[in-house]
Amino acid sequence: MSNKVIHALYNDDDILMDAVKKVKAAHHHIDEVFTPFPVHGLDKAMGLAPTRLAITSFFYGLTGLGFAIWMTNYMMIQDWPQDIGGKPNFSWFLNMPAFVPILFELTVFFAAHFMVITFYMRSRLWPFKAAENPDVRTTDDHFLMEISIHNNEEELTSLLNETGAVEINVIEKN
Amino acid sequence: MSSHYEAPIREPLVLGEKSYHDITVDIAKPIEGKANKNWYIAFTISLIAFLWGIGCISYTIGTGIGVWGLNKNIGWAWDITNFVWWVGIGHAGTLISAVLLLFRQRWRMAINRSAEAMTIFAVFQAGLFPLIHMGRPWNGYWVLPIPNQFGSLWVNFNSPLLWDVFAISTYLSVSLVFWWTGLLPDFAMLRDRAVKPFQKKIYALLSFGWSGRAKDWQRFEEVSLVLAGLATPLVLSVHTIVSMDFATSINPGWHSTIFPPYFVAGAIFSGFAMVQTLLGIMRKVTNLENYITRLHIEYMNMVIMLTGGIVAVAYASEFFIAWYTGSPYENFTYMSVGAATGAYGWAFWSLILFNIAIPQFLWIRKLRRSFIASFLISIAINIGMWFERFDIIAIVLSKGHLPSTWSRFEPTFVDIGIFIGTIGFFGVLFLLYARTFPVIAQAEVKTILKMSGENYKKLRDGNHE
Repeated sequence: MSNKVIHALYNDDDILMDAVKKVKAAHHHIDEVFTPFPVHGLDKAMGLAPTRLAITSFFYGLTGLGFAIWMTNYMMIQDWPQDIGGKPNFSWFLNMPAFVPILFELTVFFAAHFMVITFYMRSRLWPFKAAENPDVRTTDDHFLMEISIHNNEEELTSLLNETGAVEINVIEKN
Repeated sequence: MSSHYEAPIREPLVLGEKSYHDITVDIAKPIEGKANKNWYIAFTISLIAFLWGIGCISYTIGTGIGVWGLNKNIGWAWDITNFVWWVGIGHAGTLISAVLLLFRQRWRMAINRSAEAMTIFAVFQAGLFPLIHMGRPWNGYWVLPIPNQFGSLWVNFNSPLLWDVFAISTYLSVSLVFWWTGLLPDFAMLRDRAVKPFQKKIYALLSFGWSGRAKDWQRFEEVSLVLAGLATPLVLSVHTIVSMDFATSINPGWHSTIFPPYFVAGAIFSGFAMVQTLLGIMRKVTNLENYITRLHIEYMNMVIMLTGGIVAVAYASEFFIAWYTGSPYENFTYMSVGAATGAYGWAFWSLILFNIAIPQFLWIRKLRRSFIASFLISIAINIGMWFERFDIIAIVLSKGHLPSTWSRFEPTFVDIGIFIGTIGFFGVLFLLYARTFPVIAQAEVKTILKMSGENYKKLRDGNHE
C-alpha cells in the first residue's frame, strides 16, 4: 500500500471548521490539521481527546509541596536546629507558619516547570528539533488538513474541493 | 460568523483593513527590516549607561560597599530602593499575561509579549542589587540550600530575605517559560518567512520545531491557562514577600500589616506605568499603531487609576495611624507630619506630587486616551514610585530611637552610577528584544481578528442593521 496523503489548504478558519465537520461526517480519518493560531473547537471537531496536562500539573505541584515539607523539616528541624528569634525549632508543625512562603513557592515552581517540560516532551518541542509543518504558509495565514489516501484519491479530492479548499496536493509520504 | 460575535458597542482592538497575512507582515517587519537612526541613538545611550553601571559595579566590588553613601544607621538605601522598584515594575507583565488571561481580556494580546519581556528584564535588574549588596557576590550561592563546607549549616527558612530568594527565582523562571512558550508559534512564523539562511537557522532553533498541529495548540492553550492560574498567586506572593522584608522587622514605619496588599498595588501601579512608557515609544518606532491603540492605552490607564487609588488610600491610612498613635517614634515614619516637614520633606512631597496628584489627571477621559498625556503621566509615576521606596527606606532609617542615631543619606556617584547602569542595561535588553523578537503575540491577535478587527466589526454590524 502506498503512503500517499492528501494535503488540503484553506485560507479561513471558519471554512476549515466546516470542512473538518464535513470530512468527519463522511467518515474519513483526519490525520492532522496544521493551523497558524489556535482555532477554537477544532480539537473537538477532529475528535481529539482532551489533554491531561493540567492534571499532571496538579500532581507536580503536590510533589513540590512534599519536597518543600521534607526540605524545611530536614534542614531546620532535624539536621541543624537553630533558635532563631525564639521560633520553635523542635517541631516542624509549630515552625510551619514561617515556612508557608517556601511551601507555596516550591509548589508553584514544580507545578509550572514540570508541566511545561511535559508539554515540550509530549509535543516534541526542543532546541534543534526540525519543524514538521508541511507547508510554510501554515504559520502565516493558511490551514492545512492532512488525510491518508486508501485508494480513494478521487473521492477525497472532490469532497475536499466541495469544502472550499484553496489548494489540494497529493503527496508521497515516507 | 456568529461565533465571532462581539457587541458593537465595543471598540475594535485591531484597526485598519487587516487580514491574517497583514498581521504576519506587520509584526515581522521590524525584525526583517533595518534599524533606523533613532534605534541606534537609543541603543548607544543605553549602552553607555550600561557600561558606566558596569564600571560602578566593578568599583563597588573591588573596593567594598563603603563606596556607597551608606552609614551606620542607613545600611540600606538606593540599592534596596532600586531592587524594590525594579521588582515592582516587573509585576505588570505577569498581571497582563496571567490575570488578564484568566479574566479573558482580549486587549491583553497586543501588549502581553512586551510586558512580559519587560518583566523578565526588570527582574534581572532587581536581582543584581541584593547580589552586589552582598559585597562578596562570589559567595552569592550561600543563599541556596545546598550542602556545604560549614558542616551543613543550612540557610534560614524563617527569614523573609530567604523567602525573597525563593520568590524571585520562582517568579523569574516561571515568567521566562511562560513567555517562551508563548513565543514558540511566533518564532515559527518568523522561521517560515525567513529568507536568509542564518535567520532561518536561528529562528528554527528558537522555535523548538513548533509545527502548529491541532494537538499542540490544544496543549498550548491548556498550558497557558494553567500557567496563568499559577502565575496569578505567584505574582501576588512576590511583592507580598518583598514587603515582608520590611513588615516583619520591628522598625516603626516598617512594621505595618498593610504592607503586603499596599506593596502589591504599588507594584502593579508602577509596572503599568512602565508599560505605558515603553509601549508609547515602541508603537511609534515599530509602526504598530494599529495594534497598540488608544483603547489599549485607556484600559491600562484605568488599571493605573485603580491601583493608584489603592496606594493613595494606603498612604492616607499610614499617615493617619502615625498621627493617631501619638507615639513620637511614629512621627518620624515616612508618612507623617515629621516626614513632611523634616529634612526629607522634599522626598515626601515628591512622592505626593508624582504618585497621587499627577495621576489624578487620568480622570479626564481626553487625557486618559491621549498618548502624550499618558506617556508624561507614566514617567511621573515611575519617578513617584521610586520615591515611595526611597522614602520608606531612607526616611524611616534616618531617624532612630535616639538622637545619636539620626543621620542622613547622601548618594555617592557610585550609587547613582549603578542605578543609571541598570536603566541602561534594561534599555539595551529591551531594544535588542524589539529588533529580534516578535513584539506582539501575533498568533493570539489572529484569534481575535474576526471578533475585534475594525473591518470585521464594520462588516458584521452593518449586516445586523
